Amino acid sequence: MVYVTRRLVQSALILLGVSFITFVLLFVLPADPVRQIAGRAATAATVENIRAQLGLDQPFLIQYGRYLLGLIQGDLGRSYLQKTEVAELIGSRLPATLLLMAAGIVAELILGLTMGIAAALYRGRALDQALMMTSFVTVSAPQFVVSLLLLYVFAVQLGWFPIGGYGTFAHLVLPAVTLGILGSGWYARMMRSSMIEVLRADYIRTARAKGLTRARVVLRHALPNAILPVIAMIGIDIGVFMGGIVVVESVFGWPGIGQLAWQAIQRVDIPIIMGVTLVSALAIVLGNLLADLIAPLIDPRIKLK
Amino acid sequence: MAEPSALRRLMARKMAVFGMVVIALVVVASALAPWIAPYAPEEQLFDGLTLEGAPLPPGGAFVMGTDLLGRDLFTRLLYGAQTSLIIGVLANGIALLIGTLVGIVAGFYRGWLGGLLMRFTDLMMAFPALLLAICLSAIFRPSLWIVALVIALVNWVQTARVIYTETTSLATRDFIAAERTLGAGNARILFRHILPHLVPTIIVWGTLGISTTVLLEATLSFLGVGVQPPTPSWGNIIFENQTYFQAAPWLVFIPGAAIIALALAFNLVGDALRDVLDPTQRGRD
Repeated sequence: MVYVTRRLVQSALILLGVSFITFVLLFVLPADPVRQIAGRAATAATVENIRAQLGLDQPFLIQYGRYLLGLIQGDLGRSYLQKTEVAELIGSRLPATLLLMAAGIVAELILGLTMGIAAALYRGRALDQALMMTSFVTVSAPQFVVSLLLLYVFAVQLGWFPIGGYGTFAHLVLPAVTLGILGSGWYARMMRSSMIEVLRADYIRTARAKGLTRARVVLRHALPNAILPVIAMIGIDIGVFMGGIVVVESVFGWPGIGQLAWQAIQRVDIPIIMGVTLVSALAIVLGNLLADLIAPLIDPRIKLK
Repeated sequence: MAEPSALRRLMARKMAVFGMVVIALVVVASALAPWIAPYAPEEQLFDGLTLEGAPLPPGGAFVMGTDLLGRDLFTRLLYGAQTSLIIGVLANGIALLIGTLVGIVAGFYRGWLGGLLMRFTDLMMAFPALLLAICLSAIFRPSLWIVALVIALVNWVQTARVIYTETTSLATRDFIAAERTLGAGNARILFRHILPHLVPTIIVWGTLGISTTVLLEATLSFLGVGVQPPTPSWGNIIFENQTYFQAAPWLVFIPGAAIIALALAFNLVGDALRDVLDPTQRGRD
């Protein structure tokens, strides 16, 4: 319990740090958001007026202090250009992103675990080598290339899936597979070594000696033990996914927070950039926390410290 | 360290050799680009487009076809290799330097500065790296050097963590304590005993890091916030031509394949180096 509390406090401090650094970066940036809002034709007086209205004429620490005060109350500020609450904007986009990430994790596990299990069972043979090479390719392929390739083959040429957009299951498949492919290589390798280790264990030999078939031993005895430590890593993935969604969502026109962030960056809509960065950081911190808390539940030899 | 045998063990790995061959090819091709390239990289060729103004597919006078502006894709690819390699080596070099410094200071000298550095590293781990990089380069209207710097600022974190862990475990080993009782100072211990032991780790992470860097540069350039046209980069070739990719897929997939090949090559070599240089990995599959 002490451990959990300490980790929670630590996570909160990390988020505070992330908010501070992002704020500093956006404060010193050469692009002036007020100019963007006011438009080119605005007079100097109008520009100064808007600046004062947004509180952007205040010194840095006061601006940051105000932001933090709002943050504590769950207020992420208002978008400069869309005139909407950032919390509301992110809230309306978040379900799409969460759906995509969940589907991405499923795709990643299906691809990665299958590859890893097959490689472990055929260890040292041609299939194993081909799969391990594939795992290297998947982690070396940038997501925009993968997404364009999938789009070209499965949407343009074969016409199985729509070219982009949101709404049905068919829309979800290609972006989810794109997200899943990157991580599948890591899972394939982790799964392979976990499986090989388990297959060497004494209780597997015992099970075989009892006369159980190889298939039964693999499915009932080896697999559950090998798979757990690998699945426990899912939390750590969230960080990787958070990076990927900006690219994947913009290629597939998926209306999530990645697309929101990308549009905001292009228009220097600082409150949105701040908001999405914080939400992403929160997801990453929670993911790591989850991974750390789950590990000892699965393997009691790992102690919390 | 047994250098020659490490090299021999590296050469015994087919995948590592394949990686090294790819890297060598890209290095040679980019170095010789001005002599190999059939055209100038920014030259819009008169016969580079069809009469309707569409780009030409691979074959004929243009080995890899032409792009939307009628420029030779093969030529742009060769010059793009320069961009990838310059950024790969430069950005990763800076990241490696920062990471190693932070890791050593935090792991060896500890104290308040070390603590502060590691807390900062933890904090950077929670940053969505790609988002940060996109933000920074979108803000700064990047040149080649800014892109390299942005990537370095995002990518040093992993190295710092690994070097920190290595250094802390080294610093508590008996031979360091023995050295201290013999009266060795911090500097001597650091340069004679700690640094040499960190070299394999630095080599491994330096190689793997180039792969990450190449991918990040390509992604930033694809989004239009990386290396700016007309300077060719494999990422911005795709960025410039993606609107037309259904009709002219070669403009996306040839540079795409180049990016994957180069990143893959550094990953394969880095992974093999880890097995070869790290004694604890020896004998494992």
